[in-house]
Amino acid sequence: MSWGFLRDLLSGVNEYSTGIGRVWVAVVFIFRLLVYVAAAENIWKYEHDEFECNIRQPGCENICFDHFFPVSHIRLWALQLIMVSTPSLLVVFHVAYRENKEKRHNQKRYRSPGERDGGLLCTYLISLILKTGFEIVFLVLFYKLYNGFKVPRLVKCDVRPCPNTVDCYISKPTEKTIFLYFLAGTSCLCIVLNLCELSYLIFKYSIKCYLRR
Amino acid sequence: MDWGALHTILGGVNKHSTSIGKIWLTVLFIFRIMILVVAAERVWGDEQDDFICNTLQPGCKNVCYDHFFPISHIRLWALQLIFVSTPALLVAMHVAYRRHEKKRQFRKGDQKCEYKDIEEIRRQRFRIEGSLWWTYTSSIFFRLVFEAVFMYAFYFMYDGFQMPRLMKCSAWPCPNTVDCFVSRPTEKTVFTIFMIAVSSICILLNVAELCYLLTKFFLRRSKKAGNPKHHPNHENKEETKQNEMNELISDSCQNTVIGFSS
Repeated sequence: MSWGFLRDLLSGVNEYSTGIGRVWVAVVFIFRLLVYVAAAENIWKYEHDEFECNIRQPGCENICFDHFFPVSHIRLWALQLIMVSTPSLLVVFHVAYRENKEKRHNQKRYRSPGERDGGLLCTYLISLILKTGFEIVFLVLFYKLYNGFKVPRLVKCDVRPCPNTVDCYISKPTEKTIFLYFLAGTSCLCIVLNLCELSYLIFKYSIKCYLRR
Repeated sequence: MDWGALHTILGGVNKHSTSIGKIWLTVLFIFRIMILVVAAERVWGDEQDDFICNTLQPGCKNVCYDHFFPISHIRLWALQLIFVSTPALLVAMHVAYRRHEKKRQFRKGDQKCEYKDIEEIRRQRFRIEGSLWWTYTSSIFFRLVFEAVFMYAFYFMYDGFQMPRLMKCSAWPCPNTVDCFVSRPTEKTVFTIFMIAVSSICILLNVAELCYLLTKFFLRRSKKAGNPKHHPNHENKEETKQNEMNELISDSCQNTVIGFSS
């Protein structure tokens, strides 16, 4: 089980997506998943080993690291990627349900099980809203947890058992900052794509309904 | 998800590229991505662990490393390769859009549609003309821009392409000017120069491809202007032969690249 599983999952969704949906999948694969695996993961690989405090007191470094990084940036990034990709599965499940229904009753109930109308359209819109929601939640979480997307070089720690206020140095802060801004940028791009797709679908089907009348 | 997945995505674009485009793709995968994954990543693997400063002051090494390497070479190359590969997706999307339109025509039972079945539409190779020519040319232009920007960023950030053995650091909390030693500077210099050289070759290939496309475009225009009644059958036979040759070249290149993964 690895990121390849997510890639296969999303490739299946591509079939039932709009053009903008396919652009979203491409952005997630290339600018988020590939950048994560090929570059970002290695930056945070030894973050705990390279976190150094100006003190010899045993335990102080551990406690300070835990205090400033309750959940590591890279883990939050991975969780965000997973949560943001999963609402698309609702669409896949709905299409599978439709196909199953047709097989069970042995009759053609739909013009094509993957056609975006009625219930499937609602499912698609819900998945878009959930995707956007998760993106915004994680961006806000990142911002609140780490006071922005900038990683400082130095943090001052005075948690027990540190005897006084101790200087602690974070490794590769500039590189981490660059990649966190990249993450925020691609996240915002995905939010914009989702909102465009949402507006496009609502507009298209409103016009359809209006013309039918 | 790894570089192999990018290869799968871009492999589809190969079919609709010119011969120079196919050579560019092969150079990209063999001399850049493969070298990055198989060799360069190992050379830079221990970069911070083996970055030693002549001081016992805690934090000095971290701060000095961050000061001299705001973003590691290896990450910059990975980003460069990702950005340089992405414009090819514009072509893939355009081709997919055209195929989708043709499939729609076929399903409607359009008399104008000349395909016998859906499989033929899937297998069809589109010629680089009309709107696809503009998409293809824009993708080459963006590739050139990204290559140039990253090469400049490299040169600007590291003051050239040579990795020094020793760096003098006086950033706080280092108590004074401290000597810091970079690990494997010669090996890193060799790989940096190699990557820059291959980058330059890719830029030249892109420029050549751009010139080729522009020349073809102007020749076609002047032909159409000078000879309105041309013989499409004769032209198609020659171009089909060229396409078959291109396919053979690309298949033999594909076979050398298949089975590649990180």
